Amino acid sequence: MSVDIIFKIAAIGILVSVLNHVLNRAGREEISMMVTLAGIVVVLLMVIDMISNLFNNIKSIFQLY
Amino acid sequence: MNMEALQIAGLGIVAAVIAVILKQQKLELGMYISITTGIIILMLLIGRLISVVDILNYIASRANVDSMHLSIVLKVIGIAYITEFGSQVCRDAGESAIASKIELGGKIIILSLTVPILAALIEVILQILP
Repeated sequence: MSVDIIFKIAAIGILVSVLNHVLNRAGREEISMMVTLAGIVVVLLMVIDMISNLFNNIKSIFQLY
Repeated sequence: MNMEALQIAGLGIVAAVIAVILKQQKLELGMYISITTGIIILMLLIGRLISVVDILNYIASRANVDSMHLSIVLKVIGIAYITEFGSQVCRDAGESAIASKIELGGKIIILSLTVPILAALIEVILQILP
């Protein structure tokens, strides 16, 4: 389990917020919403993997079957 | 070996700074930072947890405790762990209603696991009584 993933998520978040600002200034609100949604889904996919890993570990340690 | 405490504290501070920065821009991405940090810290501690549970199993087997009872205790601890994690994530996101429902679910599941032990205890008491 590496700490890199925190910085990865932070980078994605900063990128998404900058793109959001730029697109809002250019008057493309609908595309900026799509960018936000895409960023959220990408990070969610990364986080869900870790959550399932953690839950599986806890399940096997505490004999929850 | 004991450097893990420093590791966890440093990781927590760095992640808190990042989460505060991201929450100003996008609340949901700051939430992901806090979830990820929680998972990484728990994963760092899981090795120690395994050794503690192994020692508990060893002590229980030496004391001839029924393995069913220890496994129920472990199950209760695991359910408490998971539901606490989920409810804290929800409370962090400002959804305290969902968080208390998760806690209620965990409590009811724990209750349903422990009721058989209570029934067995009452059986024993009824056998002792004339």
